[in-house]
This record gives sequence, structure tokens and C-alpha cells, in this order.
Amino acid sequence: MNVVDLALANLLSPVILSFALGVVAALARSDLSIPEAIAKGLSIYLLFAIGFKGGVSVAEAGLGWQLVGALLAGLVLSAALPFVAFALLRAMTGLTPLDAAAVAAHYGSISIVTFVAGTSVAQSAGLNPDGWMVAVAAVMEAPAILSALWLVARSGDGRDMDADLWREIVLNGSIVLLVGAFFIGWITGQDGMARISAFIEAPFQGVLCLFLLDMGLVAGRGLREARGILTAGLLAFGVTMPLVGATAGLAAAFLLGLNPGSAMLMAVLGASASYIAVPAAMRVALPEANPSIYLTLSLGVTFPFNLTIGLGVYLAAAHMIAGG
Amino acid sequence: MDTHPAKRVEIIIEAIMERRLSEALRKVDVTGYTILPVQGGSGRSGTWSRAGQVGRAQGMLAFVCIVRAERLDTLLDAAFAVVKPHIGVVSITDCEVLRAERF
Repeated sequence: MNVVDLALANLLSPVILSFALGVVAALARSDLSIPEAIAKGLSIYLLFAIGFKGGVSVAEAGLGWQLVGALLAGLVLSAALPFVAFALLRAMTGLTPLDAAAVAAHYGSISIVTFVAGTSVAQSAGLNPDGWMVAVAAVMEAPAILSALWLVARSGDGRDMDADLWREIVLNGSIVLLVGAFFIGWITGQDGMARISAFIEAPFQGVLCLFLLDMGLVAGRGLREARGILTAGLLAFGVTMPLVGATAGLAAAFLLGLNPGSAMLMAVLGASASYIAVPAAMRVALPEANPSIYLTLSLGVTFPFNLTIGLGVYLAAAHMIAGG
Repeated sequence: MDTHPAKRVEIIIEAIMERRLSEALRKVDVTGYTILPVQGGSGRSGTWSRAGQVGRAQGMLAFVCIVRAERLDTLLDAAFAVVKPHIGVVSITDCEVLRAERF
């Protein structure tokens, strides 16, 4: 399968088409909606399933030096990408240093939904990402926030990170569930999987379709309300930065010798932008920064870009770079 | 029926600040308040709806506290220190309560 075929296969998968349906319905002002509690339930299921499966695969394959390297690479990527994003934002947009730093934090951190979708795409393409990539995703959540606060402090506007904020970031529900399920899968291994595989494996793709339908509705509503916020420069940043982040992720994967599936996920983690944990942290730490800008960019531009175009591109690039 | 004058303070604030505001109120012994979900609205930052919010960062809450008039400044000083840099509204209205000893 060549690069174009891979990208097209991703674009025409039920998962991505469900997301597109959500976006179109929201843009057309349909009253289609997924009740809040159901959307929350779907996300809990997906995080548990992906974490558990990751843990089971580690129980089978064991841990290696690559895990340590990948964790370190994840930390460095998360801390360094905000500086790249900040420089691009200052060059491409008229954002103030405060707003640029707040946006930059989102692009160093990760979107766990994009990670889940990326894992699904990689597995559908016959790749087997290492189960411990879940742990890499977890460590990439917070360092970007520190980098952004440092960028703000450098511009003469120092901020404190109180202990409560740290706890909220590091122990946010998504990460606790993902890592907790990973350990449950690791501890129980194949025996545990045999007991709950009917719950964990068979419904996964269908649940992901419904969840991404909801995310499409959210992203579509965000786009609809983005008029007046999204300038050409911001839009260009929203699709350029994921490609920069993915390239950095792929470079790290190449240096570490990761398999194509893990390399793709490294690219996905580098490319994705947070829209849950980091916005919450920014509202507490940098309340003067405009939330409309960073939410619109991460949720309304970069998230749809990654799902519809990015995942196919990262999959193809990982194939080319890491083989397979 | 006997009623007693009191002050009703309503604070609309970002959901992410819920615990911080609760703690600030508790520190000044304002232990009676009600927290309500906010469905949506419109203000200086544009229109806002609870529908389609994926994280607490985008949500809003309403704190409703009823206190005796002499406790009002203490409450406002504590609340405003938390609320000041954030999106939200603080309003005070006169009200009547039935059981004065509870406030």
C-alpha cells in the first residue's frame, strides 16, 4: 500500500467518517447531540480499553531500553515543542507573548483522543505499536505547561504554579485512568484479557465511532464560533505546527529505532494539541490569556486536521522512516 | 411569618475555579453556599453554551451564598481575591430569610 492509499484508507474509515459527520452536522446547525454523560462514558471506556491493551502487550513482550528512551524523548518533546510553537506564533501571527505562550503550551502537550484514534489507525493498518506508548503519552501531558510559564516569566510576567495546580495536571482523570488501566493490563496479562476481551476488543471501534461523532460535533461548533478569532496566520499555524511536531516525533522514533507502529504514535503525540488538561491549567495559571484562541486552534483546527489528514500522513511517514 | 434581612451573593465563575473559591470561602468561615451548573450565556467573551464542552476549562458554575449583612465584606474580599482575574460575574442582592440563626 503506497502513501496515498494509506492516507485514503484512513480518510474513508468509519471512525474518521463519523468524525466528519459530526463536524458537518454542527456546521449545518443540526440539533444532533450526544448527551454529556454518554460522551463521558464513551471516553472512560476508550481510555480504559487502550490502557488495558497496552498493559497486556507489555506483559507479553516485556520492557526494554526503548521504553526508557521513549519516555525521555516524550519529556523532551513536550518541553521543547512549546518553544518552537511560540517562535512560529510570534512570526506568523500578531499574538501577544502571553497569548502565544498559552497557545504554545497546548502544542507541547498531547490530545489523548488523537492518540486513541492513532492507535486504532495503526492497528487497522496491521502495525503493532508498543503497549508502553501509553506511558509516553502520560508523561507528555505536563512539561509543556512549565515551558509556557517560563516563556511568560521571560517576558517579565512571572507566574507561580501552586501545588494544587500541579496535582490537577498530573492526576487529571484521563491520565489516571489510562495509566491505571495500563497497570491492570500489565498485572493481569493475557489471563486478564481473556476474561474481559469481549468487552475490551469487540466494541472498541464502534464506541470510538460514536465518541468521534461527538468530538466532531464539538469541533464543528468550535469552528462555527471561530469567526473573528481565526486569522489566516492562526489557521496556518494550526496546520503547520502539527506537521512540525510530527516530524520531531518521527525523528525521535528514528533515533530510538522504534517499530513503525510506535513511530507513528510518537508522531501523533508530537503533532497533537491538548484541549482538556492544558486549557484547564491555563485558565488557572494564565487567566488573562484569551481562551477562545487556544481552544479554537487546538480543538477546531489542529484536532480535525490531525484526524482527517494527519493520521494518514503520519502512518505513511512512519512506514517510510521506520520500515514495515 | 417573621423574616430577616440578609445578603444574597451570586458568583458566576469558571468551573475550574470551584475548589479554589470553595476553599477561600471556607477560610473566612463562609461554610454555607450552593453550587449550581450553568447552562450557557453571553457576555464580553461572546456566547457560551454548556453543550459540547469537553473539559472543565470551558464550563461555568454559579455559587450562591446568603450571609448576614455584617459578613458581606469578609465574603466579598475572600471571593474577589479568587475571582478577580477570571471570567465571571459577582452580584449582590438584598433578600429575606426565615431562619436567621442559620446564616
